[in-house]
Amino acid sequence: MIGETGPDFGRNSVPHSIDAAFTALPLRALADAALARARALGAEHADFRLERIRSASWRLRDAKPSGGSDTTDLGFAVRVVHGGSWGFASGVDLTMDAAAKVASQAVAMAKLSAQVIKAAGSDERVELAEEPVHADRTWISAYDVDPFEVADAEKAALLADWSSRLLAADGVAHVDASLLAVHENKFYADTSGTTTTQQRVRIHPQLTAVAVNATTGEFDSMRTIAPPAGRGWEYLTGTGWDWNSELEQIPGLLAEKMKAPSVRAGRYDLVVDPSNLWLTIHESIGHATELDRALGYEAAYAGTSFATFDQLGSLKYGSPIMNVTGDRTAEHGLATIGYDDEGVEAQSWDLVKDGTLVGYQLDRRIAKLTGLGRSNGCAYADSPGHVPVQRMANVSLQPDPGGLSTEDLIGGVERGIYVVGDRSWSIDMQRYNFQFTGQRFFRIENGRLAGQLRDVAYQATTTDFWGSMEKVGGPQTYVLGGAFNCGKAQPGQVASVSHGCPSALFRDVNILNTTQEAGR
Amino acid sequence: MTSSIRSTKPHEIVERALELSTADGCVVIADEQSTANLRWAGNALTTNGVTRGRSLTVIATVEGREGTASGVVSRSAVTAADLEPLVRAAEAAARGAGPAEDAQPLVTGTPASPDFTDAPAETSSAVFADFAPALGEAFARARAGGRELYGFANHELVSTYVGTSTGLRLRHDQPKGTLELNAKSPDRQRSAWAGRATRDFKDVDPTVLDAELAVRLGWAERKIDLPAGRYETLLPPTAVADLLIYQMWSAAARDAAEGRTVFSKPGGGTRVGERLSELPLTLRSDPNAPGLESAPFVIAHSSGDDASVFDNGLPVPATEWIREGELARLTTTRHSAALTDLPLSPAFGNLILDGGGDRSLEEMVAGTERGLLLTCLWYIREVDPATLLLTGLTRDGVYLVENGQVTGAVNNFRFNESPVDLLSRASEAGRTEKTLPREWGDWFTRAAMPAVRIPDFNMSSVSKGV
Repeated sequence: MIGETGPDFGRNSVPHSIDAAFTALPLRALADAALARARALGAEHADFRLERIRSASWRLRDAKPSGGSDTTDLGFAVRVVHGGSWGFASGVDLTMDAAAKVASQAVAMAKLSAQVIKAAGSDERVELAEEPVHADRTWISAYDVDPFEVADAEKAALLADWSSRLLAADGVAHVDASLLAVHENKFYADTSGTTTTQQRVRIHPQLTAVAVNATTGEFDSMRTIAPPAGRGWEYLTGTGWDWNSELEQIPGLLAEKMKAPSVRAGRYDLVVDPSNLWLTIHESIGHATELDRALGYEAAYAGTSFATFDQLGSLKYGSPIMNVTGDRTAEHGLATIGYDDEGVEAQSWDLVKDGTLVGYQLDRRIAKLTGLGRSNGCAYADSPGHVPVQRMANVSLQPDPGGLSTEDLIGGVERGIYVVGDRSWSIDMQRYNFQFTGQRFFRIENGRLAGQLRDVAYQATTTDFWGSMEKVGGPQTYVLGGAFNCGKAQPGQVASVSHGCPSALFRDVNILNTTQEAGR
Repeated sequence: MTSSIRSTKPHEIVERALELSTADGCVVIADEQSTANLRWAGNALTTNGVTRGRSLTVIATVEGREGTASGVVSRSAVTAADLEPLVRAAEAAARGAGPAEDAQPLVTGTPASPDFTDAPAETSSAVFADFAPALGEAFARARAGGRELYGFANHELVSTYVGTSTGLRLRHDQPKGTLELNAKSPDRQRSAWAGRATRDFKDVDPTVLDAELAVRLGWAERKIDLPAGRYETLLPPTAVADLLIYQMWSAAARDAAEGRTVFSKPGGGTRVGERLSELPLTLRSDPNAPGLESAPFVIAHSSGDDASVFDNGLPVPATEWIREGELARLTTTRHSAALTDLPLSPAFGNLILDGGGDRSLEEMVAGTERGLLLTCLWYIREVDPATLLLTGLTRDGVYLVENGQVTGAVNNFRFNESPVDLLSRASEAGRTEKTLPREWGDWFTRAAMPAVRIPDFNMSSVSKGV
């Protein structure tokens, strides 16, 4: 639920207000100056976005500070539709004159576009899908403690303590620790009358233990599988993840991995843990169901999609138990918002229903172009200097309401591998052929775990893989994973996105031995 | 609203920030950035933009009983009112951070840049004054020729001003332009790509690239299915650049000395001095390389495995990373050089591979009995750091060469290969030429590479993607 005038708070979170230092900026005055200039110059549509994004990192190497940064990006952008063409410009001077000037530059860019389009003999015109006016809306994500209100010394001390715990264990030669935190404020206004002010917080702690056999030169690592989250500092102090338990397990798991046998390449049944499956979902479903990609707007860079628009409603994406949603409302999701960067209210919808492609991720231009009606709110720009592009919602695989536990899924496998944690990922430009590795691979023999394996990668084609999904775990196995660093568009932009999923069982998947792949 | 200091010259902002500093040491980096870009799909412009920005990074260093700490705070759109809080924030960050492992005395002695007090360089949409009409013409020709054009043209200028409390006053202007053009058949079953790096868009013509791509789409009219396997393969310069850039990412001396990279020697130490290739390959970087000029001094906004904020302003010399096939250097900061007892070798701003050959890619094709000619590589990711095994895909055209001629287009493949291993197996390197790395071209554009022949490139599986 989003408030008409007051902020909406996530469940179980501490109520916050939009940062007063942000609201003290001349948001509306700058917007008015820019939008008025755009209107005066004949723009059919104009939107203004002012952002302040504070991003910080803290890095420790073997429990000692090894680099950090604290960066605040502040600026504004004006985007126009003028003469049927897009125009975009951005600036950093927070004055009315500068805002108007940037609006003029955006119109000038639209005119330049129009010249090129005319020279090409095209009659293409940009039009936007209708969206209700959302006036004076405020939205704040669900978090308890803003990480930027915690002293740097406290952050460094906690990371150093965690690192020291790992370093103290037998077999751990090195520990890398990092913490990323972001506090994002956006103000949006457009010529239709929508104005929104939003605030989001996200955080990503990560620790990696490294073991080295000095004699043989062999080495390996084991990383925490705690996902990044749309939470605050409380994520490191017991809310949402059990750090003590995970840190305690890592040295033993790493020692076992160093001694583990190399996998025999071949075909195996896989039980894939949510800590690994989220990334497979991201690459093979999340990106593949971006309609701008499917239509070719990312063709030269990120690529297109095998899930082409003509197959909407008919493409058999996977097995009939496969249900995937796009969601911009999930609590603590990294792509969770109140309104997108085109003023569209956050929504939740189906992408894959009973194994069939039934939906796409949209922005207003793509929604209008394809006749799909209203945008489902997937426009996002990662900075005030970038134009909004269609970016991923939280794309999640739904659990089976009465589904099995992970242990019971493993219990149904005679010979297979249980895959935990993400590591390496790669997929082709139409999202068919992928290869993933992980943090931990456990051999399954007769329904039980039988120690770890090394050098494992799984390789498949998207529809084959999802078609081989025989069982989806229950809600008790569901975890919201995700990433801070999803890249797309030119100029390149980075977005954060979450993917929820249960454990799942896949039959007869191709497993590579990475040492053999390296020719050894 | 406080008064803006955007009218104030960057060097004055640097001086003012240094004056405000009460820390034991201070480094101030002002980056003045401007960009202009055009993007297109299906023979039509889709987005475009111009941007102008400034960011100021303040690095404070504070001496303590247990060592020197550093704090790094950056802010864009700095106003006069922000300057003192920014300096204080960096000092507070240093005090809260604890001793920095990479602490060194701030650099002294680098001669001041003569243009330190000059206004920043700036780009604008005017950089496309000739290019934009030519692009429209390319769209029209493509449309008439049954081709769809997709792509991106980007120009960026960053003027960086570095001042330190030890007296350094340095400035570097870095232009960076890229043109990427992708042509597809209307059914999107054939695809070809070409890219160029440029400093000013005066030396790139989209109509010429479109003509190149028309030839390649013509090659693809004959389709040939090949299975996964090991094939003699000609890697074009862009692909060689992408692989070697990744290799250099993994070339931090400290990690190698700690036994956790492909450049670690079993039993301890690094592989520096080891022969990596039988070919006389020399991989080098040089800030003054013509057409590939990069910063001649260290610019480090934060510390990391191969960079240290304490090294800001340190001269970056020309460096041979691989000399005549032998691993000569790994990247070091002053701190990691001392730790590893290896020479100081700051990270690079360009990368050049000389292979001793003088044949063009076309001549290498003519000299191939049967093999694959790649266009470029894509989605390159590390599978195993011990071997530096990378995976990724071919993209936008794999061609079969038979008896010195391209005879058709082959399906795409996923590869699993290590660049270090490829260097050991390479049987020929051609003529070095400037190239745009496809995969990493959004941040690393300054490369010159030869095409390289690999007798047995590992195409791990077939990719249906086009």
